[in-house]
Amino acid sequence: MAPALIVARRELAGYFATPVAYVFIVIFLVLAGALTFTLGNFFGRGQADLIPFFSFVPWLFLFLVPALTMRLWAEERRLGTIELLLTLPLPQWQAVAGKFLAAWAFCGIALALTFPLWITVNVLGAPDNGVILSGYVGCLLVAGAYLALGAAVSALTKNQVVAFVLAVALCFVFAAAGSPVVTEFLDTRIPQLAEIARAVSVADRFGGFTRGVISARDILFFASFMGFFLFVNAVVLDHRKAD
Amino acid sequence: MAALIEIERLTKRFSGFTAVDDVSFTVDRGEVLGFLGPNGAGKSTTMRMLAGFMPPSAGTARICGADVVDQPVAAKRNLGFLPEGAPTYPEMSVTGFLAFTGRIRGFRGSELADRVAHAMALTQLEGVRLQPIETLSKGFKRRVGLAQALLHDPPVLVLDEPTDGLDPNQKHEVRELIRRMAPEKAIVISTHILEEVGAVCTRAIIIARGRVVVDAAPTVLEQSGRTLEEVFRGLTLGEAA
Repeated sequence: MAPALIVARRELAGYFATPVAYVFIVIFLVLAGALTFTLGNFFGRGQADLIPFFSFVPWLFLFLVPALTMRLWAEERRLGTIELLLTLPLPQWQAVAGKFLAAWAFCGIALALTFPLWITVNVLGAPDNGVILSGYVGCLLVAGAYLALGAAVSALTKNQVVAFVLAVALCFVFAAAGSPVVTEFLDTRIPQLAEIARAVSVADRFGGFTRGVISARDILFFASFMGFFLFVNAVVLDHRKAD
Repeated sequence: MAALIEIERLTKRFSGFTAVDDVSFTVDRGEVLGFLGPNGAGKSTTMRMLAGFMPPSAGTARICGADVVDQPVAAKRNLGFLPEGAPTYPEMSVTGFLAFTGRIRGFRGSELADRVAHAMALTQLEGVRLQPIETLSKGFKRRVGLAQALLHDPPVLVLDEPTDGLDPNQKHEVRELIRRMAPEKAIVISTHILEEVGAVCTRAIIIARGRVVVDAAPTVLEQSGRTLEEVFRGLTLGEAA
């Protein structure tokens, strides 16, 4: 097993050894369910799909994922275990990758536990399960993007509150970049920036997945987004680990 | 053959002050080096740089010939390191924690189980093997950190205050353990307990304000008719030696 996977396994077990995992999963499921059935008008729409659910997931992740990542490196610093972990014979990027993979797998578990929604639409109608699957893939990629960003921020600061607020703010920038409010404003003032804003918008990319379109460009976008911020994480960690 | 630990002009500057200033020494197989100095003298910083955790501002260190900056993984493979405060993951059990470090070090299956069992035997942890580390007393936590450093039987041991928080019996056990391992390894221990230096160390380095002020055998230090404590106070308080 690669060192990254050994680290990931330990981390994931760590989530479930503390209340973090249960609080996160319960809050996520309650909010996702409540929003889908109330604001999302799940029954009233009369359509057998999960669009109401998927439309809320990125906004839930916007707050919940930074709650997960804020402790990623800060906790290691507080306990001093960062000194232990980084003096074990593993390349530093493997430690970064391991922590990220554990958090990502954890988000995957939380998403998988929304399966009653999927069962519900299949009982009530005949949804296109391919579209639903692609929506879930999109959710997982959005979680991965926010996690990579949040983890990098967590490496930057010792303070968990600072890490949380900064991560939410930065995730919000990428979530909102493609929204009409932003792009229309930029279109009239600085058109070049509007193009960039649309290109880096996580929400826009995610929209394709909820319609059942998995394009190579979007996959590449999320992969490079995660790769970039994991790289930033490793660099920041190298400079600030001993602070 | 080169010494197992080579430290060459190691320097660490933080904004405003120099924590470790041009420190050089080597430690050979069979030597137990006692690293002494007042709080804030740069002991832990030196050990962190030697363990490859903190990048040096200048100079370098080598473990078994591997440079800790250029070949960090190779250097760390030959090193057992007990960081300051013996940090461990509190929610893990003793065996779970030791197995984790063992797996990272590349042990699998029955060899992993043997290594974990052996490390627990060396540090008398069998009685608490399945307890979460956070429920253990300070002395046990320290020994879990020690067990982790000994697990892979490394040629180089760097132990930051290995007996801190232990009761007199446990201190005795740990010193015995260090004495037993000494002929095979190069060991660096930092400590505040001066009697420990006489008890286990073959050599003592006193460091003050980031600089090495004495490098001699403890017996030599005491020969001048003074106790180790008097020597230590004289050198680190800046009085005439």
